[in-house]
Amino acid sequence: MADGAAAVSLHGVTKQFGEDVTAVDNVDLEIRDGEFFSLLGPSGCGKTTTLRMIAGLEFPTDGSVRIFDEEMGLRPPNKRPVNTVFQSYALFPHMNVYDNIAFGLRMKRVESDEVLSKVNEAIDLVRLEGMGKRRPNELSGGQQQRVALARALVNRPKVLLLDEPLGALDLKLRQAMQLELKDIQNEVGITFIYVTHDQEEALTMSDRVGVMNEGSLVQVGGSEEIYESPSDLFVAGFVGEMSFLAGEIAEPGTVRLSGGEVVRARTASAAGTKITLALRPEMVHLFDDRSEALAGRNAVDGSIARKIFQGDSMFYEVDIGASGSLDVHVENLPSMKRWEVGDVVVVDFHPEAALALPL
Amino acid sequence: MTLTRERQAHEGPANPELERRARAQESWRGFFHALPAYVYLILFFALPLIIVFVFSFASRSSTGKPRLENWNLDGWATLTDPLVRTIAIRSFTMALLNTVLCLLIAYPFAYWIATRANKRTRTLLLIAVLIPFWSNFLVRTYAWRMLLDSDGYITQFGEFTGLWGRMLFTLPGVFIGLVYGYLPFMVLPLYAALERMDWSLVEAGRDLYASGTEAFRKITLPLSKPGIIAGSILVFIPSLGAYVTPDILGGAKTTLLGNLIVTQFGDARNWPAGSALSGTILVVMLVATLVYFRTGGRTV
Repeated sequence: MADGAAAVSLHGVTKQFGEDVTAVDNVDLEIRDGEFFSLLGPSGCGKTTTLRMIAGLEFPTDGSVRIFDEEMGLRPPNKRPVNTVFQSYALFPHMNVYDNIAFGLRMKRVESDEVLSKVNEAIDLVRLEGMGKRRPNELSGGQQQRVALARALVNRPKVLLLDEPLGALDLKLRQAMQLELKDIQNEVGITFIYVTHDQEEALTMSDRVGVMNEGSLVQVGGSEEIYESPSDLFVAGFVGEMSFLAGEIAEPGTVRLSGGEVVRARTASAAGTKITLALRPEMVHLFDDRSEALAGRNAVDGSIARKIFQGDSMFYEVDIGASGSLDVHVENLPSMKRWEVGDVVVVDFHPEAALALPL
Repeated sequence: MTLTRERQAHEGPANPELERRARAQESWRGFFHALPAYVYLILFFALPLIIVFVFSFASRSSTGKPRLENWNLDGWATLTDPLVRTIAIRSFTMALLNTVLCLLIAYPFAYWIATRANKRTRTLLLIAVLIPFWSNFLVRTYAWRMLLDSDGYITQFGEFTGLWGRMLFTLPGVFIGLVYGYLPFMVLPLYAALERMDWSLVEAGRDLYASGTEAFRKITLPLSKPGIIAGSILVFIPSLGAYVTPDILGGAKTTLLGNLIVTQFGDARNWPAGSALSGTILVVMLVATLVYFRTGGRTV
């Protein structure tokens, strides 16, 4: 690891609820100091439970949680060097913005003039100047979100935990807050652990992403790695859009599709293994006939089955016979040819873009 | 900021006249929906109160029969009697103590019910709180009399363990009966307040370095304040006029506001004095309740 110390490390962390619900299943994870790490997965995958175990709001049934090399064990949340931004913000409705933000410092028995300067600093950081006297119910969703952030950050935790903090905001505000959160993280230099089910959000903001499914951590890696080299079918399908074709490995580097076409692809398994070929819609090109297709790439015959105008791009569903169908995104440039349903086309893609994933 | 300004601009009424008429129609509809309740309240609440008020100025015949003539203030004059003041203070103290006892017992219990994860368990526990209401209050108070008497189970258990003796016709006996009678009125509003509490607020408090006790004091307690206020009013007001329990379990040794009023209407045959007393208690309670709500009820 580049900078040595792990901010948070989980070893064999398992959480069971009752007899037969395993929310988190044997998770091993090291989160580096100063990194923006996202836990990504569908609802119910155990990402929030994992976060709550780091915060001390749940305790693992098995395994260990360490924060900066200190075993947390059954240590209660108030004795951990972390703070949380809750999904519903959980602002205290009976206190104004100032008192909400000052809560943690007062509980830590910080001198009152220091509380004043730190709270004002935090209010400036999240751009809520002049709002100190307002009650949470007098604020907009975006402002409440900022208060929740300031309330956690003012304590200068070693790790900040964020549980889908932007989930309740509308799209435009969410995108603005994503950039703002990233800026704030750069400014304060604290490790952020960010839980989200929004893959775009995770890819945009994170240094690294951990994808979870059914309680297990499936893949950990940088945004590009997760997007371009998903480790399995779940990650491939969950992150971004993907078309899947059934097939088997013909020989290393070559896949035979169920319809008989042989294409070159990125493979890892031995010949004869049944696989699923995964292709990103934007990695696929369409041509009228094979003569136009680029040398050294794959070319498969097909016909347009469906066409949808999406503003910045065209979406085509291309029928490639017995092998199934492929989704294709074509950016809307003035020079781009448009096809109609029923047109015969050639589907063209680079071998590196086709990923043979084990079933 | 621009967003809110835009929204305000959109919210402006398109046609003020139309808006006004729609609102007027709305309020008429509301009035008709509430009409049965208004009729009920006027017939069985306002009218009797007016009658009581009128009788407080009535005169009495030589046998004490109230006469609606020769209006005077004799009834109200009895309020200045030092004995009335002593009785009022006694009743007030008893009601206050009963409220505090009920609050101390009901809060942990309501908290415990509200924090049960299983909804069925919560419902069953609430029904258990309400079951006593299915039988008559007087019957239940007489049942306590049997339990607290010399050969009652509670007395026998106390004597067996050496912890207490016969509590019938003693102050502890009276308070056992009072707390028993009014506890549900405290449990229910407290439960309602705690049940709708957002527990993630307590988690947020713990996350922000509050210990369990601090989180309770700074978050749970202030947020359950509406329940505390409602429960206290529901217990305090009726226990101020309580006299059945003190009579049956206390042996009618001390006079309280309740029995004082009953006596005025019964044995003493002094309806004007009884009416003036009732009216005064009512006004005092009304003012106290209003002040309480104005100062404390607005916090959440």
